[in-house]
Amino acid sequence: MSGILVALLGIVVLSLGYRYYSKFVAEKIFRLDPNYVTPAHRYKDGVDFVPTNKFVLWGHHFTSVAGAAPILGPAIAVYWGWLPAFLWVILGTVFAAGVHDFGTLVLSVRNKGQSVGTLAHRLVGQRAKILFLFIILILVLMVNAVFAWVISNLFISYPASVLPVFIQIPLAIWIGHAVYKRNKKMLVPSLFALAAMYLAAILASKVGFLQIDLVQYMGGEDGSGLFGLGAVSTAFLIWIVILMIYVYIASTLPVWKLLQPRDFINSHQLVVGLGILYLGLLFTNPEMTAPVTNANPDTPWLPLLFITIACGAISGFHGLVSSGTSSKQLDKETDARMVGYLGAVGEGVLALVSIIAVATFFANTDEFLATYSSFSAANGAGLGVFVEGAAGLAGGLAIPPDIATTIVSIIVVSFAATTLDTSVRLMRYIIAELGVEYKVPALTKTHVATTVAVVSSAALVLLPEGPKGFGSGGYQLWPLFGTANQLLAGISLMLIAVWLKRLGRNYAVVLIPMIFLMFMTLYAMFQQVLFEWSWFGSNSNTLLFVLGAIIFVFAIWIILTAFSVLSGKQETPLDDDTENYG
Amino acid sequence: MFEQLKKLVQFYDEVLSMPHRQEIARELRDEDDLFMLLLYSEMIGIPNPVYYYTLELYPYMMEKFHDWHLRMGMEKSPLTGIRCC
Repeated sequence: MSGILVALLGIVVLSLGYRYYSKFVAEKIFRLDPNYVTPAHRYKDGVDFVPTNKFVLWGHHFTSVAGAAPILGPAIAVYWGWLPAFLWVILGTVFAAGVHDFGTLVLSVRNKGQSVGTLAHRLVGQRAKILFLFIILILVLMVNAVFAWVISNLFISYPASVLPVFIQIPLAIWIGHAVYKRNKKMLVPSLFALAAMYLAAILASKVGFLQIDLVQYMGGEDGSGLFGLGAVSTAFLIWIVILMIYVYIASTLPVWKLLQPRDFINSHQLVVGLGILYLGLLFTNPEMTAPVTNANPDTPWLPLLFITIACGAISGFHGLVSSGTSSKQLDKETDARMVGYLGAVGEGVLALVSIIAVATFFANTDEFLATYSSFSAANGAGLGVFVEGAAGLAGGLAIPPDIATTIVSIIVVSFAATTLDTSVRLMRYIIAELGVEYKVPALTKTHVATTVAVVSSAALVLLPEGPKGFGSGGYQLWPLFGTANQLLAGISLMLIAVWLKRLGRNYAVVLIPMIFLMFMTLYAMFQQVLFEWSWFGSNSNTLLFVLGAIIFVFAIWIILTAFSVLSGKQETPLDDDTENYG
Repeated sequence: MFEQLKKLVQFYDEVLSMPHRQEIARELRDEDDLFMLLLYSEMIGIPNPVYYYTLELYPYMMEKFHDWHLRMGMEKSPLTGIRCC
């Protein structure tokens, strides 16, 4: 089957979802009202609460939620064949992610622009807030570990990408300074910075000594490194330590100094990336060589497919963006449909092209099956195959393969680095908040909280051992990342359901995806924790066992809370939001 | 055609600048808040050597006073002599 056809089919279904399903939800369930005075107008302060044009807000929402996760998940899940991954991305986006992102936005707009965490406290109670904080803590810990692995892995596999990525840091600091101190516009300098990065990418792809290849410096894969470790293990160790030092500095500096200008440059890369992939697809029109479904998988697709692809089908992280920033900037309540639902559709489109890039990369099905020989092989190889596959699509735009590979790996590293920066900062805030909650004042100090965040993330990424030794097994954490993300989405869906129920509306549109998600998460964790990671499991691993067990308990907790709240045993009065009509 | 392209660039710039504008506004507000605190220093018992001049600023500061004390975590106005909340 042609790749273009698959992309078209997906985009048509997503458009129909937006055109009809989101309209139904907006009009019949959420009953959006153009006359409602949104928090952006009511609490307008020029900083957090600013009424913003819906197209601009959608663009901002989309660039905040799209990252490396919707690329990595589908690239692994193609293991079960491209059709299951395709169906879950498309149907998940239409019926779960769209409603979730849209719903959290509306819920927050109707409740003074408060975030999901605060709303959990108000709608369900103190326990729900603590549960929520712990789930986010686990999620950001997983994000830090997984993305640190992603970046180190790409630096080791594609050493030409190191120089361009590091050049970005001084450029970003310079741009941040120019904008803050001299009030300059950021667009032109950031485009120059991007051009400088890509120039460095071209040079590094062609000139050997510009490639910072740690493994080569230590005498190749069989060479010996530090502390009696192998060369690859040492390379992982060095990159992870460098990354952790970097995120420590980046997350304690004021955001305008480094993070904001870096995000600005990286946002261009989202456009470049999507442009290269979709235009390349149009020009090369590759065939889907991966099997439609994998006839003999060693791990069944049910339930793991639904946690392998989290971002791109449904992701709890989006609720944090929806209720954290976007809800405070919504001009009219009716804009929520476009910002929230279409934001999720944007991410679905990114996940879709990731599936196509991987499924069209191989010359034939046998080659695919040789690389994706087992589920754990798929976990390890997915990212690399995406980079090669995307570079193959870029070939359609006459970009030489070595340069295309470097540029695609830079794009993925940049996405992962943006997520890593944000999540370390977020983890620092959560640790500080838990410090306040449990009266441990030391944890509220910036450097103590950041140290705890960075050291625990580094420990988590270094512990799982992969086929290439120490540090290379970070991908084993991927299913845990997926489940933590789904649990967060589950909590947000529960809050929307509680809110709708109190308003006397039909809440089945959020309850069904919530039950589906919670069931799949519980099923997957039960299977993984008991049959894979426990002492008598096939792949015994204490760390994964403990983390999985914690997530399992949290999932049960959410279900019990949801049951008790939705069956009407707990009742907390809601604010009367009629005052918000002008 | 050129006009449309210009509009597109403007839109793109606006999308990407949004979080940045917010951060800079926040930083500037923090600086302003600190400045306000210095001006109100007598209120927290620090003698202000230039009170004669800051007194002149009071009419301009009054407009911002309510938002400022809310941001500083004081639900009610800490000053009795001022008509606030």
